[in-house]
Amino acid sequence: MDEDRMKQLKKRKRAYLKDLERCSTLNLDFTTVSSEPVEVLYAPDDVEDLDYMEELGMPGDYPFTRGVHPNMYRGKLWTMRMFSGMGSPRDTNERYHFLLKSGQTGLSVAFDLPTLYGRDSDDRFAEGEVGKCGVAVDSMKDMEILFGGIDLSAITTSMTINGPAAIVLAMYLANGVNSGVALRDLAGTTQNDILKEYIAQKSFIFPPEPSMRLITDVMAFCSENVPKWNTISISGYHIREAGSTAVQELAFTLADGFAYVEAGIEAGQDVDDFAPRLSFFFNSHLDFFEEICKFRAARRIWARRMRETYGAKNQRSWLLRFHTQTAGCSLTAQQPENNIVRTAFQALAGVLGGTQSLHTNSMDETLALPSEKAVRIALRTQQIIAHETGVVNTIDPLAGSYFIEARTREMEKAAERYFEEIDKRGGVIRAIEDGFFHREIGRAAYEYQKAVEARRKIVVGVNAFEQGSEEMDIPILEIDTQVEIDQVAALRRLREERDNGAVAEKLRALEAAAAGNENLMPHLLDCSQAYATLGEITGVLKGVFGEYREPAYF
Amino acid sequence: MKKPIKVLIAKPGLDGHDRGAKVVANALRDAGMEVIYTGLHQTPEMIVEAALQEDVDVVSLSILSGAHMTLFPRVKQLMDQSGLGDVYLIGGGIIPEKDAKQLKTMGVKEIFGPGTDTTAIAEFIRGLFA
Repeated sequence: MDEDRMKQLKKRKRAYLKDLERCSTLNLDFTTVSSEPVEVLYAPDDVEDLDYMEELGMPGDYPFTRGVHPNMYRGKLWTMRMFSGMGSPRDTNERYHFLLKSGQTGLSVAFDLPTLYGRDSDDRFAEGEVGKCGVAVDSMKDMEILFGGIDLSAITTSMTINGPAAIVLAMYLANGVNSGVALRDLAGTTQNDILKEYIAQKSFIFPPEPSMRLITDVMAFCSENVPKWNTISISGYHIREAGSTAVQELAFTLADGFAYVEAGIEAGQDVDDFAPRLSFFFNSHLDFFEEICKFRAARRIWARRMRETYGAKNQRSWLLRFHTQTAGCSLTAQQPENNIVRTAFQALAGVLGGTQSLHTNSMDETLALPSEKAVRIALRTQQIIAHETGVVNTIDPLAGSYFIEARTREMEKAAERYFEEIDKRGGVIRAIEDGFFHREIGRAAYEYQKAVEARRKIVVGVNAFEQGSEEMDIPILEIDTQVEIDQVAALRRLREERDNGAVAEKLRALEAAAAGNENLMPHLLDCSQAYATLGEITGVLKGVFGEYREPAYF
Repeated sequence: MKKPIKVLIAKPGLDGHDRGAKVVANALRDAGMEVIYTGLHQTPEMIVEAALQEDVDVVSLSILSGAHMTLFPRVKQLMDQSGLGDVYLIGGGIIPEKDAKQLKTMGVKEIFGPGTDTTAIAEFIRGLFA
């Protein structure tokens, strides 16, 4: 647009906005779900100086705003990856066979709480928790059952594990090798993102510094031996679920990513050796356009930082590839069927934002773990988006929208302001220790709750459009308490049957290595092969590293 | 002036979902109550000990992990044994209706599910002492 036309446009826009003041306006809150103000109208003057080649580029071209692959969903649909795991390893193995038969293309393991904290099923803290939020894995024996009958060279496995990620990964790899698949052919992802545990999800075990060492050990080991493994899935999902805004999710997640890159470089690794295997995991919340802009901004920020600041030369190091999960915290226990609709919109935002894989939540997840029918509908939602709506036909179809481009830029700028703030505090770990993230997220969560209670924000079925007495007719999945009894019995049997001399020897070697600075992964593989349990291995490392305790405040 | 109602908000077990607990803690404080938050990863014994030490009027557990049928009865039992039989036990989280009903027969005063207005929780607690 030439200068004169732009002048005319700005003049007309001013007049238009003036006229609007005389129009009646509904008494609603016109901010995003993150309480960000949105203009009533966006026009070319909002992105007047947009440089297409500089800021957007072609899909697959730096800075990847439009997508990480040149052909995007015409080349490959996103992976439909439903997070699941419950009860015993045998129960979960059955669910995996069911999901693979239903057309799912990758597995995603949910572990139970004791496993997430590196505790065995007979630990004092495990009582009542075994198999509840996910599957219990106590040793490589459980890995053998969990993946029984599944060709590990033909699928990719994502494991949501953080505190003890290196140990659980070692168990998975050891089992894979025993099943006849070479390390270089095993593919998948460990979440392994400890920083967001301190920030939001709270399943930490060790203090931050030794935790970062475990992570750089995994990065180094995998870049050499397991090249198809995504070593860290840097996660904003939990930060958002804990109540953050979209910009906080974007900024804190990328700041964590930068911290891992810096740790890798400090540990002496070449950024291009490990960075191509870093991936991301974002939330897709209700505010449709805000989410799409968040994904686009994330790709651009990461690419620029990796190339400009960290000097990565391999193009794959610049790519922000990500998994998306729809927002569990947006689902309501009231009129739960409505959650199908919420999830569909969120999934669509993830796809329009260019996600590489997607989990869609089930309608009954505010009530309990999802039932099979609810999971099927959630998976079908993705299949409908992929095959019926036509949104996969063209790449990044919202690009060039004045609104989308202006908001993408604003979110990028807002994230940059947070990076400066975190830097000023001495980096992510220092900011964790001084409670910065907790305060920011806690405040956002409470403000949102107050907005809902004051009905400035409407949640259908909760503070508006309620239905009097609601009869629940959704079947609830229950985990049999027998699971815990059986799992504990199996664990005790394992401890009797294995070669306990070998276990003790491997654990001693691990302890010595942990006290020094060699890579711990080979030792963790040895411990796994000897059937040392998760609790035993974690116990040895706690002895060397200590445990992290979070200060209690609200 | 009447002494404010003193509430202990506790996160038992390994469950790290503390958004709800913190929001409720803030809301009850803003409603004029004295709120103590235990922080994460508490055993039932630690929670009851804190309730004793702090001389609270209400203990509120937040559980989103599915272990509520183990943890609520354990805390209730320990409270009764420690002479806290007259302290109210309430809670919230992902707790199916059927389980909530059963917990109430075991002496849990009220269970607040997802989507509960925090003012409703504050009113309920005030009602206990009206």
